[in-house]
Amino acid sequence: MDWPPPGSISRPWKILHFKNSKSAAKFEATYGGPGHLPMSQANIIEIRNLNYVVGGRTIFDGLDMVIPRGRVTAVMGPSGTGKTTLLRLVTGQILADSGAVEVAGSEIKSLSREALYRLRQRMGMLFQNGALLTDLSVFENVAFALREHTDLPERLIRQLVLTKLQAVGLRGAAELMPSELSGGMNRRVALARAIVMDPEILIYDEPFVGLDPISMGVILRLIRRLNDVLGLTSIVVSHDVKEISSVADQILLLSGGKVVANGTPKELHCNPSKIVAQFMGGLSDGPVPFHFPATDYFGELLAREEA
Amino acid sequence: MFKEWWNSLSESLIAAGALVRFLFRLLINSPRAFLRMDLIVQQTYNSGALSLVIIMLSGLFVGMVLGLQGYQLLQRFGSEEALGTAAAIGLVKELGPVVTALLFAGRAGTALTSELGLMKATDQLSAMEMMAVDPIRRVVVPRFLGGVIAMPLLAAIFSMVGLYGAQLVGVQIMGVDSGSFWSQMRASVGIVDISEGIVKSCVFGIACSAIAVYQGYYAAPTAEGVGRATTSTVVTSAVVVLFLDYLITAAFL
Repeated sequence: MDWPPPGSISRPWKILHFKNSKSAAKFEATYGGPGHLPMSQANIIEIRNLNYVVGGRTIFDGLDMVIPRGRVTAVMGPSGTGKTTLLRLVTGQILADSGAVEVAGSEIKSLSREALYRLRQRMGMLFQNGALLTDLSVFENVAFALREHTDLPERLIRQLVLTKLQAVGLRGAAELMPSELSGGMNRRVALARAIVMDPEILIYDEPFVGLDPISMGVILRLIRRLNDVLGLTSIVVSHDVKEISSVADQILLLSGGKVVANGTPKELHCNPSKIVAQFMGGLSDGPVPFHFPATDYFGELLAREEA
Repeated sequence: MFKEWWNSLSESLIAAGALVRFLFRLLINSPRAFLRMDLIVQQTYNSGALSLVIIMLSGLFVGMVLGLQGYQLLQRFGSEEALGTAAAIGLVKELGPVVTALLFAGRAGTALTSELGLMKATDQLSAMEMMAVDPIRRVVVPRFLGGVIAMPLLAAIFSMVGLYGAQLVGVQIMGVDSGSFWSQMRASVGIVDISEGIVKSCVFGIACSAIAVYQGYYAAPTAEGVGRATTSTVVTSAVVVLFLDYLITAAFL
């Protein structure tokens, strides 16, 4: 895998041909000329005192967390702790009840729809199932955002798409339709699509679900490699403790609507806390109970019998 | 009992209000969508051209039945020559737009709903949102406009094929005079009749397409939800079309 490929273009808009100066200025503002985003800002995402309740159930209760720039941060936690909800809050798909979610210096709640869309152009997201557009070929899926947001000439779009596909090892599959891809290939195409606009933040929602060990290894290596080569900030939501420990710089462990542990994979493995030990060791019972809350077992069995 | 009725009535009214709001959202986004004609042409093809066979076949049979029934009825009064007029008025003003709309809801409407519902269930719409592309503008509006454009054209084709069917039975089989069939029709079918048909088919096109994309866009993102939304498209479209048909007919009197 050649990455970055010789002569590749990492910031394509520098050589864009815009229809007019207004759209050029807008694009420049969106993607940030020098100084648009203070590079000294160490944390790309800051969440302060976040509360989120859905359907009467408290998902987050005063959550505080920061995600440092330029590193691979894994967000882990038992099922139902709101990891995917957290991603949706960070990307502005849902809004918090109270508290602040600040992404790249912008408070999500205060953004207009246009501003939110501009911010999203600086993020890439890999969905759990890939979420490729099924009516478009692999090539067109990767080219989608470029076609929607830029006036690039076809030749340049082609080059950009092929370099991204080469990066995930699927240049040869450019003309296939999503239905012709395996699960792992599907995820890799989605990854190429997520990086096509050269985002600053790349978000992975359960990237290893349903993958065979080979595909999983490929995705793992890509997460690390893309992060380092493109200078991204990666956020990975996953359950796979062993795999994610091999690639993450920092792990945030969520439980009960709060961050219960935060540190490098090594630190978490040595963490004496019961809940961290239960999660990292994969123990069935502990602070996170095996049983969903229920009435007395024998009482219920006997009651059924009587009825 | 009364409370249940009241609840279901208020739910229906809320749903109708949401649908109208969604329709306004579609209409506001429509002018910009014409900048991407390729998307609209593709969707017009999907909703229109792919529905042609079912529309033409149904039109032919409806016309043939009209020919038979009309002949039998008119014969009682000795005025079989008026068959052309009766078939034309029936088809252009009423059967063409209404039956086409019902078939359109069953063929193209369900396809739109299930496509959008599945796109939602497989996170494709969320993925677009994350790529800073508004799914309403990129996916929903072109599909809506495709349906709106296709529907009047389909209704016109339905009426035309239906007339041929009526002629086939009335003139070729039952022996009505060909000259009087066509000349009476030309003499008595006015521009008002045709414009009533056009208005109906346009309004039904807007209604059916809006209902189909609304149901798909707001479908619960599960297999069951998409199934329910698809059924709902057909049922709601049928009721709304027949209700609007009455209103427009009354307005044209």
